[in-house]
Amino acid sequence: MAHDMILKGRLWILSENGKLFSDIDTDMIYHNAHLAVTDIDKMGQYAFGNLEGYRDFSSQARPGDLVLAGENFGSGSSRQHAVDCFKALGVQAVIARSFGAIYKRNAINSGFPIIELPDLPDEPFNQFDQIELNLEDGTLSAWDNRYQGNPMSEVARDIYLAGGLFQYAEKM
Amino acid sequence: MGRTLIEKIMSSHGGGNCGPGDVVWIDIDNRTARDFAGASVVGNLEKYGGDSPIAEKSKTFFTFDCNVPANTIPYANNQQRIRIFARKHDLKVYDVDAGIGSHVVIEEKFARPGTTTVGTDSHLNIMGSVGAFGQGMGDVDIAYAFKTGKVWFEVPESIRVTLEGLPADGTEAKDIALAMLRRFSSHELLGKSIEIYGPWVQSASLEDCVTLSSLATEMGAIIALIPPNDNVLEFFGITRNEAVYADSDAAYLEDYTLDIEGLKPLIAAPPSPTNVFPVSEKTDVKVDGVFIGSCTNGTYKDLKYAAELLKGRKVAPGVMLKVVPATRATWARLLGEGLLKDIFDAGGIVSNAGCGGCASGQIGMTGEGEVQISTSNRNFKGKQGKGNTYLAGIGTAVASAVLGRIASVHDLKEVL
Repeated sequence: MAHDMILKGRLWILSENGKLFSDIDTDMIYHNAHLAVTDIDKMGQYAFGNLEGYRDFSSQARPGDLVLAGENFGSGSSRQHAVDCFKALGVQAVIARSFGAIYKRNAINSGFPIIELPDLPDEPFNQFDQIELNLEDGTLSAWDNRYQGNPMSEVARDIYLAGGLFQYAEKM
Repeated sequence: MGRTLIEKIMSSHGGGNCGPGDVVWIDIDNRTARDFAGASVVGNLEKYGGDSPIAEKSKTFFTFDCNVPANTIPYANNQQRIRIFARKHDLKVYDVDAGIGSHVVIEEKFARPGTTTVGTDSHLNIMGSVGAFGQGMGDVDIAYAFKTGKVWFEVPESIRVTLEGLPADGTEAKDIALAMLRRFSSHELLGKSIEIYGPWVQSASLEDCVTLSSLATEMGAIIALIPPNDNVLEFFGITRNEAVYADSDAAYLEDYTLDIEGLKPLIAAPPSPTNVFPVSEKTDVKVDGVFIGSCTNGTYKDLKYAAELLKGRKVAPGVMLKVVPATRATWARLLGEGLLKDIFDAGGIVSNAGCGGCASGQIGMTGEGEVQISTSNRNFKGKQGKGNTYLAGIGTAVASAVLGRIASVHDLKEVL
């Protein structure tokens, strides 16, 4: 399960005024009031704690869920917490039209899958649809809908399959 | 085919003959971590670092700037954990008195033109101001850099931005950065390395370059590189031949021009740094507090300018003016030249050096409905408290503090 290339689960669609939520920054994902937390297991409770409309995410999310957002997800600070809080909750992956550059690195390095689908429409599926995300070819599908995104880069895939940057480095 | 500035820096640091999209392992000259996330770097090294967790001690150090001195027990614990680790491995700690790490790295001349620096600070790409590579990264990356001296990096595509013309008097580097945010938003430069050219950057001070480059993060860019001009070369005591520049025939993904001729002061209204207006359109907004400082606008030049504007004037009744010099050296210089007295006499609060208003409320947070003018770089909802934060340059910040409403430095001339 940990390093599957095909992920299946329930999809949280983050939207704002009928559009995919864009520019969700790291303070909305994981507020700076909780930055001193270093134990990953304690980070889950703060996920989206500062995101309007989704403040109850941490109590409603289930292990295996996936999250979908608009452009520039994870812009802002370099905090690893903004990735780790999802791992703590058992969220399998985050899908977005695009990601902030540092967020992308942090996700890749900790072996947390993220997939970019630049051409995603605002209502690709219904909230909580069961979806299938193929990391290998970058497709996201449910029912008859299928969207083509960017496949995982080679480095991202290698680090993901190794289980993280340090584990990957050991194999080099 | 020629090469862009970032391609040349990456090539000279182990990237070989690399181009955009290539993933390369690059050698890092300066490996830093702050009090924020530094404890997690230590945690990673204790878990994965083995017997020799530090590749080169002389290139590896901690900088405390986020919560200084610690005002919460968790932060105090994290800082102490870092100190103990640093003592054990003989690493230097720029402790709670030192100021903002990204500025210290330039002040100490560690981040020289053409070098590479990483740390747990999303504004570490401020090194672009001296034509050097810098990048904020998470604790896993930084721990890896501490241990091996390397990080992987996907060479970004480069975009050239030429600023045409010169701004009006009273317009600052911050206003130019806001003009770029207005034009490019946070999407158009996402993930790109930008190089900034034009007559303004050719004669800009080092401090103004720092201000401009510091907003690259809000533009979504990897870095905003400014080719070292004479002022920057002089600061480092080097010649053009010792710095790195893009080849004249380098290939850029896009070549943009931005007209800044006669540009007047700008302000970013909440909730985003890209929500930019002329200051003149916001002059009916009443102000409760003003923060002057941060890695964007906390240099000696910035605070000297603030002090000169404040000299002989008073902060409006009921308005808080909070001033935080970026580094201890900045503090010392302002103190020695009597400039802090001008700020104090005007009614300002001056705090110890550090990240000030941006981090965990080193100099306070905003309350519900509170309007704050900040010279920092982020005004996202909830970032600096419950209030509404506007981003502006020094002149606008001081004028707003004195007049009690949003105002530009030109409005200040009517006072006194």
